[in-house]
Amino acid sequence: MSTILEAHGVNKEFTNHKALSDVNLAVPEGSIYGLLGPNGAGKTTFIRIINQITAPDSGQVLFKGVPLSQQHISRIGYLPEERGLYKKMKVGEQALYLAQLKGMSKQDATTKLKKWFDKFDILNWWSRKVEELSKGMQQKVQFIVTIVHEPELLIFDEPFSGFDPINANLLKDEILELKKNGSTVIFSTHNMSSVEELCDHIALIDNSHKILEGRMKDIREQYRSNTYRISYTNPTVPVDEVLTNGYTILDSLEEDGLFTDTIRLSEGTTQNQLVESILPGLHLQSFNEILPSMNDIFIRKVNENKKNQTNRKP
Amino acid sequence: MNKILLIIKREYLTRVKKRSFIIMTILGPVLMAAMFIVPVYIAQIEGDVKTIGVIDETGMFGNTFNDSENIHFIPLKDDLDSARQVMLKKNLYAILHIPKTELSVPETIKLYSTGQPNIVVKGYIKDSYRKEIESMKLQASGVDPDILRSIKSSINLLTVKLDEGGEAEASSTELSMGVGFISGLIIYIFIFMYGAMVMRGVIEEKTSRIVEVIVSSVRPFQLMMGKITGVALVGLTQFVLWVVLTLLIVTTFLSVFSGDLQSYQQSQMKMTEEFTTETTAPATEALAPESDGSQVNESAIAIFESIRSINFGVVILMFLFYFVGGYLLYAALFAAIGSAVDAETDTQQFMMPVTIPLILSIVVSQFILYNPDGPAAFWLSIIPLTSPVVMMIRIPFGVPWFDLYLSMALLVLGFLGTTWLAGKIYRTGILMYGKKTSYKELWKWIKYKN
Repeated sequence: MSTILEAHGVNKEFTNHKALSDVNLAVPEGSIYGLLGPNGAGKTTFIRIINQITAPDSGQVLFKGVPLSQQHISRIGYLPEERGLYKKMKVGEQALYLAQLKGMSKQDATTKLKKWFDKFDILNWWSRKVEELSKGMQQKVQFIVTIVHEPELLIFDEPFSGFDPINANLLKDEILELKKNGSTVIFSTHNMSSVEELCDHIALIDNSHKILEGRMKDIREQYRSNTYRISYTNPTVPVDEVLTNGYTILDSLEEDGLFTDTIRLSEGTTQNQLVESILPGLHLQSFNEILPSMNDIFIRKVNENKKNQTNRKP
Repeated sequence: MNKILLIIKREYLTRVKKRSFIIMTILGPVLMAAMFIVPVYIAQIEGDVKTIGVIDETGMFGNTFNDSENIHFIPLKDDLDSARQVMLKKNLYAILHIPKTELSVPETIKLYSTGQPNIVVKGYIKDSYRKEIESMKLQASGVDPDILRSIKSSINLLTVKLDEGGEAEASSTELSMGVGFISGLIIYIFIFMYGAMVMRGVIEEKTSRIVEVIVSSVRPFQLMMGKITGVALVGLTQFVLWVVLTLLIVTTFLSVFSGDLQSYQQSQMKMTEEFTTETTAPATEALAPESDGSQVNESAIAIFESIRSINFGVVILMFLFYFVGGYLLYAALFAAIGSAVDAETDTQQFMMPVTIPLILSIVVSQFILYNPDGPAAFWLSIIPLTSPVVMMIRIPFGVPWFDLYLSMALLVLGFLGTTWLAGKIYRTGILMYGKKTSYKELWKWIKYKN
């Protein structure tokens, strides 16, 4: 798969701290790429570099193999975390202005904006002033303005903040739709469940370093801990008496005769062996593997990184 | 380039369409026209003649107080007490009492009135009385009254400027002062008004959080320059509208409401025409016209001559240059301030150093007016931060070309410098939220590489 965006050895330093140290990234074309990391890790700086709002101190960013330059601006759409609109301006006028700044012709922008406004059901707000709009509606306008010039690369920084669940869903669908139409989306958020739902690639940045990157599926595989959850009824023998060697029961609970246990298998034990050993003494209802959530991986990696750094320091 | 035009267009249109702009544009000329019209109007209606009764116990001052346009004197035969009682009945504005004294002429006289007497009346009486006393004393010491009369003379001082070739040119210091001060003041006011407008615009973009969306499409520098240019056009529009509307109101008023004034104006205009035809004649008799030799005509001609002595072409051209140059210099600094703060209330600490040179230049303007060629005037009109106002004050007096060119060149360098500096602060500042900025921080921002 070809990459739409590559970063090679990107460094950016501010006077008091390093925002990015030697960051290498590759965003595959047509993917939804989650850019994760704790607050202040350097995500926003990296996004600003992609948007050419700031320039890296050293290193290079390539857009489809070509060093990033002003000509790429119209091919990128950016929805920043700190976003807003001119309050005193009319909604339509403003959307037109922002679309034209991205290089669209007035006519083209008008047609496409009207289409989007119609789709988002805000067409009757076209000649109202922005200050009369609710926050959620302003967010819709901002989203439309971000995508109306049909960019190949879209960058959303915390896109769901300020949306109610219905509109958040609408947005999610639109993002998936954009991907289907061939756009690449870089998606920065702290909301891990939406990452699991949408992203197929992720990169984790912590403390200016990239500490993890890859396909989400691979990463979750890689961090699997051989843990399974079984649900059953009518046990004749308690499970902990059957599972003695090579099993750790992490958690067990019972509700209305339904037992649920979480079991970690030690190295070399297979899930078949687990099923074989428990099956004679109970009615198995369900059996599945517990893959680590992105939340767990996030916390685990960031904590590891912290420990490494404190170890390295002395 | 296309994008910066878009920005200019937006900045210009949103401001020009604002209600406050339209109100200011209409109200300004009305107020300015009122400044011209009200005095004229008041002079017209001032037909109110004040009658003052004079009780002269000495009998020596019967001819001292001559009626003026608004003051009418009548001698009273009554004594002071009865006069005071009938004062209102007789519709007297005041009673002037000259008491009888034994030894010499009375030097203290009293004015009785119901209210605080008008300062013009007071001055007129005092003046007339003083002159009379003085001439009495002179006569008493043996000076011939005819000689006294012949001493009184009205003189005119015509100032004539010589250029390097020794060619004469009439000049009027008062006129130069007026033109210089007014144009300096206008520049000062416009820099302040529109500089602050740029600053508020930047703060608005920052607080509404739209700025990051925009700088992902255009460079911060383009956004800043677009805003500065757009606001400059707003300022020029307002200025031109003010001048045009003011002239329109004044001329309409004068021609509609006052026939007398119109004829007066016409006669003045005729005089100008006569004068210009005269000067086209080769002889330089213009300074001493033989028409009827009256003094009025002579001084009027001197005024016209001196109006012509100010090179209005240069003044207007320079006004535009310093107007625009000064604005650009300061607007960039104001934009930088706007970018460094989160709200207008935080601007104080940065406003101070920026506004001090500007305020200084208007504070010293009096001094410059009296000494337009002194070292202070020279230096302040060279330094870019003060030159827009101070040089403008100097120009009507005539400025050496060297000073002018140096000042202009430095102003151009100055605004390039402040724009460059402001651009550096601006592009970092607009993306900084929620932190109080210090001067130390600004300095760091300036040092950042792109």
